[in-house]
Amino acid sequence: MSVPSAVRQLAAVVRKDVVLEWRGRELVSGMVLFAVLALLTFNFAFDLTGVNRAVAGAGALWVALIFASLLGLGRSASVERMHGAWEGVLLSPIDRGTLFLAKLVSSLLFLGLVDAVVLVLFAGLFGVPVLRLPVIGIVALGTIGLALLGTLLSPMAATTRAREVLLPVMLFPLAVPVVIAAVRATVLVLTEQPRDAWAWIQLLAGFDLLFLGVGYLIFGAAAED
Amino acid sequence: MAAVSPLIRATGLSKRYGVRRVLRDVSLTLGPGEAVVIVGPNGAGKSTLLRILATLVRPSAGTVWYFDTPGLPLAQIRRRLGFVGHQTLLYEDLTVAENLRLYAGLYALDNVAARIARVVELLGIAHLAHERVRTLSRGQQQRAGLARALLHDPTILLFDEPDTGLDQQGRQLLHALIAEHCQRGGAVLLTTHAVDFATTVATRQFQLCDGQLWPLPEGQAASPIPAPVGGDHVRP
Repeated sequence: MSVPSAVRQLAAVVRKDVVLEWRGRELVSGMVLFAVLALLTFNFAFDLTGVNRAVAGAGALWVALIFASLLGLGRSASVERMHGAWEGVLLSPIDRGTLFLAKLVSSLLFLGLVDAVVLVLFAGLFGVPVLRLPVIGIVALGTIGLALLGTLLSPMAATTRAREVLLPVMLFPLAVPVVIAAVRATVLVLTEQPRDAWAWIQLLAGFDLLFLGVGYLIFGAAAED
Repeated sequence: MAAVSPLIRATGLSKRYGVRRVLRDVSLTLGPGEAVVIVGPNGAGKSTLLRILATLVRPSAGTVWYFDTPGLPLAQIRRRLGFVGHQTLLYEDLTVAENLRLYAGLYALDNVAARIARVVELLGIAHLAHERVRTLSRGQQQRAGLARALLHDPTILLFDEPDTGLDQQGRQLLHALIAEHCQRGGAVLLTTHAVDFATTVATRQFQLCDGQLWPLPEGQAASPIPAPVGGDHVRP
């Protein structure tokens, strides 16, 4: 497979996903709405003052991001299954690793938009300084981890009748390292302990690299019959 | 006459879904210029057989050789297969042209605009190229699905009930497409419930019943089920 062919194939899938989302506006708007509701609920439910604000706030931020991601990734896989469109893609000679990367890029585009909105809203609602490079970097690494797992698992979950339940059931156990590392790193950065956060950031980066390789190699088996 | 290498040689194909056996020891060859038609009742295993040959489903047992070459990479096989299934395999919120552009990208085709213009013209849907698939009638969607399958000039066409939803004009068009494809040295394997359509397009006919494939003698209608016949196409 020559690189230009793979790039053209990747671009074709990403362009299709962007056009479909632009037409339907279902994924991003649904995820943003969910995340906003979650943040509003946390904002009114808990007394977030002092140090507690940074600790509980980091948890609230990641709960909103994780569940919004799940919502979007599950919906994305369902759209692919409509009218056999996903089978059409699988019939083509696109390398399954390239297809994985294409779906990953699409997911990251949409999740990145949601992250941006959520971070701005979170900063406004909670008064926590999250709009700075270390926090944005941690959110980016955590989002990449969730997108990697979701991209890998959602085609499998989408073939079942219990797809809405199955994706979280499959994804959460694998996402535990991402969730713990992302929350811990965010808390440590927000409480001005960036040196201690470094180990968690390395764990996040390692997880992302590992599942990038795993996903690239086994996506064919996950996506096909 | 010199022996011609088959484009597809399927041997001893079986498929199980749990305890249910959908295909039993099916063997079939498809040569250049052939239009092989498989008829059979609902649930006989026709779609499963075509989906196996299209590389969408793995058989539980048996082998398929494409282009008389064992172990050919799947990407090379898929590049030369055109498949039409029960569903359109199109994104309904994209236009016909956008769907075809997507497939042109997936197949890494050149001269994309010219190819798209050719197939939509061929299928009589040029005026619908910029309509979203969801707004088209069933027959128009079927034509769009056929355009998708023909876009990359495949050697082997695998059509699962391609006449579904087509009007008389559409069927005549499909008939002409199949005939022209075979004349150019390609091959077509299709399933249908329309016995008259099968009779007019087929160079060979089979009946699939309870997962087993039976040859139909030339000119014979699809039912009743014929007695099993020996030979390289059948493994009763």
